[in-house]
Amino acid sequence: MAEAASILVEDLVKRFGGFTAVDHVSFRIARGEIFGLLGPNGSGKSTTIRMLCGLLTPTSGRASVVGFDVAEEPEKVRQHIGYMSQKFSLYNDLRVIENLRFFAGLYGVKGDLLEERIDWALQMAGLKGSETLLTGELAGGWKQRLALGCAVLHRPQVLFLDEPTAGVDPLSRRQFWELIHQMSAEGVTVLVTTHYMDEAEYCNRLALIDAGLIVAAGSPSEIKRTAIKGDLLLVECAPLGRGLELIKAQPGVVDAAVFGAALHVVVSAAEKARVELAAAMAAAGVKASRIEPISPSLEDAFVALTGRRAGNEAVQ
Amino acid sequence: MNLRRTVAIGRKEFIQVRRDPRSFMIAVLLPLIQILLLGYGARLDAEHIPVYVYDQEGSQNSQALLKRFQASRYFDVVKVVNNYPALARAIDADQCKLGVVIPWDFSERLSDAHHTEVQALVDGTDDNSAQLAIGYAQAVVSAYSSDIQLKWFATQGVSQQAVQPLSVDYRTWFNEELDSKNFIIPGTVAMVMALMGALLSSLTIAREWERGTMEQLIATPATATEIMVGKLVPYLIIGLGDAGLCTAFAVGWFGVPFRGSFGTMLFVTGLFLIVILGIGYMISVATKSQLGASQYALLVTLLPTSMLSGFAFPIDQMPAPIRAITYIVYSRYYVSALKAIFLAGSGIRDLAPEIVAMVVYAGVIGFFATRAFRKSLQ
Repeated sequence: MAEAASILVEDLVKRFGGFTAVDHVSFRIARGEIFGLLGPNGSGKSTTIRMLCGLLTPTSGRASVVGFDVAEEPEKVRQHIGYMSQKFSLYNDLRVIENLRFFAGLYGVKGDLLEERIDWALQMAGLKGSETLLTGELAGGWKQRLALGCAVLHRPQVLFLDEPTAGVDPLSRRQFWELIHQMSAEGVTVLVTTHYMDEAEYCNRLALIDAGLIVAAGSPSEIKRTAIKGDLLLVECAPLGRGLELIKAQPGVVDAAVFGAALHVVVSAAEKARVELAAAMAAAGVKASRIEPISPSLEDAFVALTGRRAGNEAVQ
Repeated sequence: MNLRRTVAIGRKEFIQVRRDPRSFMIAVLLPLIQILLLGYGARLDAEHIPVYVYDQEGSQNSQALLKRFQASRYFDVVKVVNNYPALARAIDADQCKLGVVIPWDFSERLSDAHHTEVQALVDGTDDNSAQLAIGYAQAVVSAYSSDIQLKWFATQGVSQQAVQPLSVDYRTWFNEELDSKNFIIPGTVAMVMALMGALLSSLTIAREWERGTMEQLIATPATATEIMVGKLVPYLIIGLGDAGLCTAFAVGWFGVPFRGSFGTMLFVTGLFLIVILGIGYMISVATKSQLGASQYALLVTLLPTSMLSGFAFPIDQMPAPIRAITYIVYSRYYVSALKAIFLAGSGIRDLAPEIVAMVVYAGVIGFFATRAFRKSLQ
């Protein structure tokens, strides 16, 4: 990467008492990049983002945002970032325009720029004409776009979004991601956490985080390619449980897991395994309605990666 | 400290108080209710104490004494009974607070220049009222008795001057009518400030934690000092407004004299508010819960202000160890300043000791308050 990193994280650790929430995490994010931290609840995503915003002090390791060390100069960091916390955290008892003016005041947006930026935020959030509504009365998608507007009034170089789309309908989520991409195109660096695997596909690069550890990093396609060692088959069969046991015992099967009402099976060679699995299931009296190759999702990658880790610790 | 950020926080806080029914009640309604309740309820003197009389003699002399009771504004002779049990029952049934028994040989003993006694039975369930009733009754009886004595001396040809060579002529300053409401109502302003200031400021930081807005606020460049000042200045303004409102009520409604300057009153009130708001703020930072914070805040502000400030219970009459404690109760300086401003018309110069004490308190509390809040989630 020729350009200097906008966010640099080296060996970052956060412990709460005996619990290690973030365990020697390192990554770097270039200017204008959309970087996703992907992992289940409690995996350390929010703790990482809070350390980068200077809300929590790292136990060890270091991190810098636009050149300022987060532990040494948190106030400098805060002037250059926008942050949307996990919970919706605007003031519900303030009107839309009052929330905007409040955050504009805190971020020192003034003069002509003030009206221009507030106007922009209202436009972006689709709240033109609704300035005097109480914020608490807005529906989820509007609230969330207003929160984004408040977080970027001062045109920050870096935007931290902690689970920004939690509890928001799919249409609003898509609109939200379009806004994120626009900002990235204007050079804003975005660090976003999510546990929605489909959303992670919108990121330029990702780090998969589990129990405080980064288990994989790279572009979504890189992660999928490296995580899945072989081809992926979708198997629909009944009964599902017996099918899973049977498949796991077959030679040429690397891994198998339940995905919804079907099985995702990693095999070394798709065409060969298709025939073998069909035969094995027929012999055992398991009714297979569908066996076909599919392209892996990030969820497959995540299961493959964390499943392996779990397998190392204890036999499931 | 960045003024723009501080003003942004102050404005937001102001809007929230205006829009939150509970805060609005505390800021506007509570002071009014408080001053009305305290103004009417916390009177220490009694008037129209109901009296039952058992006049065993029924003579002209005994009637003359009873007339004096009747004429006093402190007593209302409700009923005359003719036996002891009836008198006792009336006190038990709370039909009267005082029973007066005039003995059957009242006139006889008076005319022989003997010592004579009138019996007073008092309902002692309320110590203060009982003391007052006895005091007033003694005053009525001794006035009557001195008149009798003078008349007796006159019949013996002794001149009045010879009997009463010296008399003390009292003149009470500042509270000429010795009206307890003039003594108490100025102090109620302190009670209002303590209650209102403590409640509102104790909610301010806790509210941000409870509503989940604190994380967002910490992530902005606003410093801890800017957050504190921005959050407390609106309450200082509201408090000064309430002080003006209470003063207007004290003067206009209760007829308490206000002889000092309004500016001096606002100045000492401002100092007191800095102390109260600082304490409430620190509690709010420490507890992070609105309910807990308001409870603690009332404990450390309203309780000492009502008990140990001299607001209703004179400090001079407290036992020495308690009196010593009152010197560390910041509200005693404010209450004493308020009374002096209302009743004696004292100015800044006269109040120097109180003002110095309050400035020291404001400084110390302010120092710790600015360090209380750290912008961190830990």
